[in-house]
Amino acid sequence: MEEIKKEGVLSPETVEKIKEIALPWKGREDMLIEVLRAVQPLAGNCITEETASVIADCMDIPRARIYGVSTFYAFFSQKTRGIHIIRMCRSAPCHVKGAKAVISAFEEALGIKVGETTEDGLFTLEYCECLGMCDGSPNIMVDDDVITNVSPHQVPNILAKYRIR
Amino acid sequence: MQETRMMLRNIGKINPISSMEYAKLGGYSSLRLALSFPNGIVGMLKDSGLRGRGGAGFPVGLKWAFVRDTEAPQKYIICNADEGEPGTNKDRILIMGNPHAVLEGMAIAGRAVGASKGYIYVRAEYPYVRNLLEKAIADAEEHNFLGKGILGSDFDFYIEIRMGAGAYICGEETALMQSIEGQRGEPRFKPPFPAQKGLFGMPTVVNNVETFANVPLVLSLGSENFKTIGAPKTSGTKLFTLSGNICRPGVYEFQTGITIRELFEEVGGGCPNGKKLQAIQTGGASGAIISPDLLDTPMDIESCAAVGATFGAGDLMFIDEDQDLIEVCASLAGFFVDESCGKCTPCREGNKRLLELIMKFRHHTATPKDIDTINDLASTMMDASLCGLGQTSPTPIVTAVKNFPEVFERAMARRDEK
Repeated sequence: MEEIKKEGVLSPETVEKIKEIALPWKGREDMLIEVLRAVQPLAGNCITEETASVIADCMDIPRARIYGVSTFYAFFSQKTRGIHIIRMCRSAPCHVKGAKAVISAFEEALGIKVGETTEDGLFTLEYCECLGMCDGSPNIMVDDDVITNVSPHQVPNILAKYRIR
Repeated sequence: MQETRMMLRNIGKINPISSMEYAKLGGYSSLRLALSFPNGIVGMLKDSGLRGRGGAGFPVGLKWAFVRDTEAPQKYIICNADEGEPGTNKDRILIMGNPHAVLEGMAIAGRAVGASKGYIYVRAEYPYVRNLLEKAIADAEEHNFLGKGILGSDFDFYIEIRMGAGAYICGEETALMQSIEGQRGEPRFKPPFPAQKGLFGMPTVVNNVETFANVPLVLSLGSENFKTIGAPKTSGTKLFTLSGNICRPGVYEFQTGITIRELFEEVGGGCPNGKKLQAIQTGGASGAIISPDLLDTPMDIESCAAVGATFGAGDLMFIDEDQDLIEVCASLAGFFVDESCGKCTPCREGNKRLLELIMKFRHHTATPKDIDTINDLASTMMDASLCGLGQTSPTPIVTAVKNFPEVFERAMARRDEK
């Protein structure tokens, strides 16, 4: 079968970094999720077909399997995302504590809807389910940080903190 | 009300990472005991009446006996820390505050059933939990509480961490094992049960974080003493997570059998701003929504089941009079549409239709026939779904319809006004 070659978006340095992560796990299918988790932040916060191909070659796993796994889990994306991912809890405990107003405040401040990325490539807004911090509802998670008791008026400050990083 | 802190007893008193500090307060003495009489562990757990704390309430000793009695070249212990149930955060509090109790419980399980390898499956939303656990495991290995030849014995036990990547379904034990194997987290058919054919096809013990933390307590107190704590058929203490419209939300440890009223009024301080309590969701997102008439129900598996409440993992979400119950149902139904893995039809399609039906009430276009359809659909899902997700996801909706008929009647009446 002829290989479908897409123009490479990944820089040679990034490809090398991905190989460094994936190669040690050749033949270890069970490590796929760990590898995808480690690779994703290096490659536009997503697992594109190109990224999947590199991993597939390194680990000796069919690309289709990688696609299957990466589309199953909410933390993996097939679309390029921003540097910072803001995940907003929409589960019931946050819902009854006013999560909707927080979500609207982020949408307004960033000028995007949930699921979109800002033009400068800094922020992506996503929904997530319960963050397990229900004693501090409403909660959001920015990258690996959980922020509790968020009120709409704090939104500009939260964004400012991540803009300078 | 004074908490009965057994699992949480060390919180704030020790550096959670340090195995030596844990050992100074009596930690790892149960592991020592287990190493000296390994054949007695399963019997002690059986006699203690300890039941799984993840929601299903399966007797722990029985589960371990199945794994012990299955011949295999390798066996595994899995700690389920995929705490995805909305309204639950007890496992996070427990691991962050007293991680060695969980590691000790896992090592005892390994000794009891003959496993040398354990995995802790941590959900993607808890990256900081992984960091702490990695340090705690390294510290325990350094002091020989884990690793090769534990405490001078011939028993080896290693623990590795695996992270999820954002999938509620991976809290289901067979989906969790699929995920550790690097697959999509789709549940497997049972039987074979994990005790016979689990992780990588080998006999596997899968227990919740809180269950493992109870194991050292059973061994150190003795099964007879452990049995005297809490309600008769749900022995021990339980971590209760209070969330929603309540003054003091959080995780509290009490003996099972404490009433919902005590937790709501004395522990949680009631609804903020003097609001009236409208409803309580018991046992997490897939648990029953009950009326405040049932506030005097004791929180143990039997008492909850008797009144149509859900004990689950001990979660209580309080809903005040300002909340639109139909909106809450829509939020819950939407959650299950997103989190159904799609493998079996009753769950994949059923949850979508349930959400559509709830939206009819929200948009005031529902008729009494829709109530019948909800109940009919729900019973099909409960009977025919492959795993616990589809079997329990209709529960909040059907209990809301049953316990709050006036809310649904009002929504239908507004259709007539149109």
